[in-house]
Amino acid sequence: MSVFDRYEMVCGVETHVELATKTKIFCGCTTEFGGEQNTHVCPVCLGLPGVLPVLNREVVNLAIKAGLALNCEIAEFSKFDRKNYYYPDLPKNYQTSQYDLPICKNGWLMIETAEGQKKIGITRAHMEEDAGKLVHGGETITTSDESYVDYNRTGVPLLEIVSEPDMRSISEVLAYLEQLVQILEYTEVSDCRLEQGSVRFDINVSLRPRGSTELGIRTETKNLNSFSSVRRCMEYEIARQAEVLDAGEKVVQETRTWDEGRGITLSLRSKEEAHDYRYFPEPDLVPMVIDREWVEEIRKTLPELPAARRERLQILGLSAYDAEVITSSKGLADFFDKALRQCEDAKSLTNWVMGDFTRLLKANEVSVVDSPISPEQVAEMVNLIEKGTISGKIAKSVIEEMFATGKDASVIVKEKGLAQISDESALIKIIDEVIAANPASVEDYRAGKERAIGFLVGQVMKASKGQANPGLVNKLLKERLG
Amino acid sequence: MELTAKSAAELHTLLESREISAVELTKAFIERINAIEDKVKAFMTLTEESALMQAAEVDAKLSRGDKLRPLEGIPMALKDNMCTEGVRTTCSSKILENFVPPYNATVAELLRQAGAVMLGKLNMDEFAMGSSTENSAFHVTRNPWDLERVTGGSSGGSAAAVVADQAVFTLGSDTGGSIRQPAAFCGVVGMKPTYGAVSRYGLIAFASSLDQIGPFTKDVRDNALVMNAIAGHDPKDSTSVPYDKPDYTKFLLNDIKGLKIGIPREYFGQGIDTEVDKVLRQALATLGSLGAEVEECSMPHTEYAMPAYYLIAPAEASSNLARYDGVRYGYRTEDSEDIISMFKKTRAEGFGSEVKRRIMLGTYALSAGYYDAYYLKAQKARTLIKQDFDRVLEKFDVLVAPTAPTVAFKFGEKSTDPLAMYLSDVCTVPLNLAGLPGITLPAGFAGGMPVGLQLMGKPFDEGTLYRVAYTFEQNTDFHKAKPAFSGEVA
Ligand SMILES: [Zn+2]
Repeated sequence: MSVFDRYEMVCGVETHVELATKTKIFCGCTTEFGGEQNTHVCPVCLGLPGVLPVLNREVVNLAIKAGLALNCEIAEFSKFDRKNYYYPDLPKNYQTSQYDLPICKNGWLMIETAEGQKKIGITRAHMEEDAGKLVHGGETITTSDESYVDYNRTGVPLLEIVSEPDMRSISEVLAYLEQLVQILEYTEVSDCRLEQGSVRFDINVSLRPRGSTELGIRTETKNLNSFSSVRRCMEYEIARQAEVLDAGEKVVQETRTWDEGRGITLSLRSKEEAHDYRYFPEPDLVPMVIDREWVEEIRKTLPELPAARRERLQILGLSAYDAEVITSSKGLADFFDKALRQCEDAKSLTNWVMGDFTRLLKANEVSVVDSPISPEQVAEMVNLIEKGTISGKIAKSVIEEMFATGKDASVIVKEKGLAQISDESALIKIIDEVIAANPASVEDYRAGKERAIGFLVGQVMKASKGQANPGLVNKLLKERLG
Repeated sequence: MELTAKSAAELHTLLESREISAVELTKAFIERINAIEDKVKAFMTLTEESALMQAAEVDAKLSRGDKLRPLEGIPMALKDNMCTEGVRTTCSSKILENFVPPYNATVAELLRQAGAVMLGKLNMDEFAMGSSTENSAFHVTRNPWDLERVTGGSSGGSAAAVVADQAVFTLGSDTGGSIRQPAAFCGVVGMKPTYGAVSRYGLIAFASSLDQIGPFTKDVRDNALVMNAIAGHDPKDSTSVPYDKPDYTKFLLNDIKGLKIGIPREYFGQGIDTEVDKVLRQALATLGSLGAEVEECSMPHTEYAMPAYYLIAPAEASSNLARYDGVRYGYRTEDSEDIISMFKKTRAEGFGSEVKRRIMLGTYALSAGYYDAYYLKAQKARTLIKQDFDRVLEKFDVLVAPTAPTVAFKFGEKSTDPLAMYLSDVCTVPLNLAGLPGITLPAGFAGGMPVGLQLMGKPFDEGTLYRVAYTFEQNTDFHKAKPAFSGEVA
């Protein structure tokens, strides 16, 4: 019997996403990833005595943009607060964040589930600064003789997006996260480089007996940085909580941490040990008044969001699945849209973009934005197929060549003489040779074995080094054997 | 008159007429400091070498025949909570004993650009917490009027250095009276500008929403000159206000006819020393005789200022001072087992008792379950106090009050009783809560010690305060009096 027959899971997620600004939230230091330790720092982000923060307006712009894309209300009056706690990666021993007046609240996004569309509420989204990175001599800060701090990341702007506890299954959670990341990427609010830790998830999970409407006691597992960790962590945490409940015991309300190596969650601190962050309004910054004109200016810069884009592609004749794949990243969707502008056959273009083009990107480990061939070049190649200049089979080698050299398809076809043979007299010559060389198959065909024609077409293609127009070969063969 | 006793305005004339060189002037101050510093102990750090280099630059300019700006070549010193690039900045705390900032506070930068010559950094109560400079982790500063008495605080070094002629002017910071109270105790002019008028960038924070930098000078004119150099909007300080900065010397008019002066009766009640009260009544009579319309008024929420201040300031301080943990700079404990014990021991060993007391008060006031009862309530009281000011300042141009309830007290007199010490700020704290400007100037003597007259004004109306102060000064001689100590050494 599955855990889910007995219990219903309730999940809400807090997502911390790095905003795609060039400089940090309160100083002029670069937000660039990497760099030698403690080189992207200044007195302000190091929290030296006497320094003061100055808010980067671009952070507010991006927060508003994210809020609009997530259907949030944008606050007219918002402020920063100090969240006080001691940790060596936090230079001031307080984090400048937002407490009771976040910039965005009451939003939602739509996910696809097996039962259809489902709305997931967004409670709030607020701006805050990131902390630095600790490097321990040993395992942890308490067991190491020495630890080092890299403050390059300190002060990188973050948006913390808090969902409602609206998700009821792991697949819903993953769908929510995928949607969220997609929207943030589409709006260019964040680069969403998960592998660099620029998106982190805190997962709140509780179980309750099926049919119950009361919320169970939840745990919060912090700092997950990939979808697969989220899935594994939730599987573990659900099983663990179910075991506790099955034994008639109570789940302890606590903060937990995910051990990726061992695939388990561990208790970090209980509710009783929870920090008292002693929030109070940040006196070094003035409150923000966000007038509606500002919000409308930003609304104008919102791009077409993934859901709208999927709908548009389906109207063009793409299947739901294909539209989903094409819009899975903004880069791919933009590439597709550009190619489509110069290509008549959307379906064929879809197949090439999702097929060989994507395969080549993966094989060469390049992202779509760094593709060595342009959308226009792919469009031209697809057009050559549609015009009958090259066959689909030839096209496979042409796109490889394009990828390797960056040359246009038409140039490659010309240089290598790859144009399809559609000249009937030239084809008849080859066909006659094939008929003469394969009397047995000719007999079979004439005896009514339709399949034999396929073999003969193949032989013609082979003899023509793949350049014969296969449709024409088929037609001519049948006539000759008639 | 000794060179070191002259005002910036007088010295400027001497420099421009080439009667003295800037190097000579700086040397005179270094000699003066060396001669009396043993007794006064106003300084934390001296920067003789760089001072002489700065002075030499001014002389080079003079020899080219260039005009000098008003503060060019004028020797001054800064309270040791203003960051100075390459010059240690301690906040008179063991925890920052060896801290050398890699950057300049905006005021330090502005004075450098104005050509003023920095002689050094001045003693203070640790992290500006105190009213007597007895809380310095290193030494006390003595009041030149009576070496057995305190200078007041927290900017005690800034006040003493000016009256002892160790600097022409100094800067201090005022969170609850830390410029005005020591200026009054030492008999000099001290201005706490409107919150947001002078940049706080590089001022090591005590209570961010209250801290404000201002000048200590020998007279009102010098004060206006220094304000001209340091005031104005700073993009590095989000709380600094973009406003049209006037030329403050334009307000130095010997005329207050028709100005409306309010006397808030709550400031003259219980706890004001009778001698002090007498001096102030006389000062009010003088202002009246000079043509001002003097009238009593009421600010009923004044009594809530002290409790509100002692919740808000420690609350902000508890957070501002959290960064001193031994991880990045400053003092770090010698022996610790782990990160938690390093934090705890570093702070236990690095901070003095008054700083610890205020961190604990502030932490408590912000704690879950107490926030509403303490911090939030204090903020509400702050609003009411501000409204009191708004209301009376609709009717009056300037308010007059004592700067401190007593004259400078003796060492040890209040240092064992924090509450008694806190009460010496009772007349200065409300203005910080309201964010308004205030100036103190010498108004007479009680028992041989100076008494300060406090003028409080409208936001960004430092000009009118200068006008009233200048008129009073022009018609009295109190600012000319010098401590006997001064002659004793000369
Ligand atoms: Zn920085």
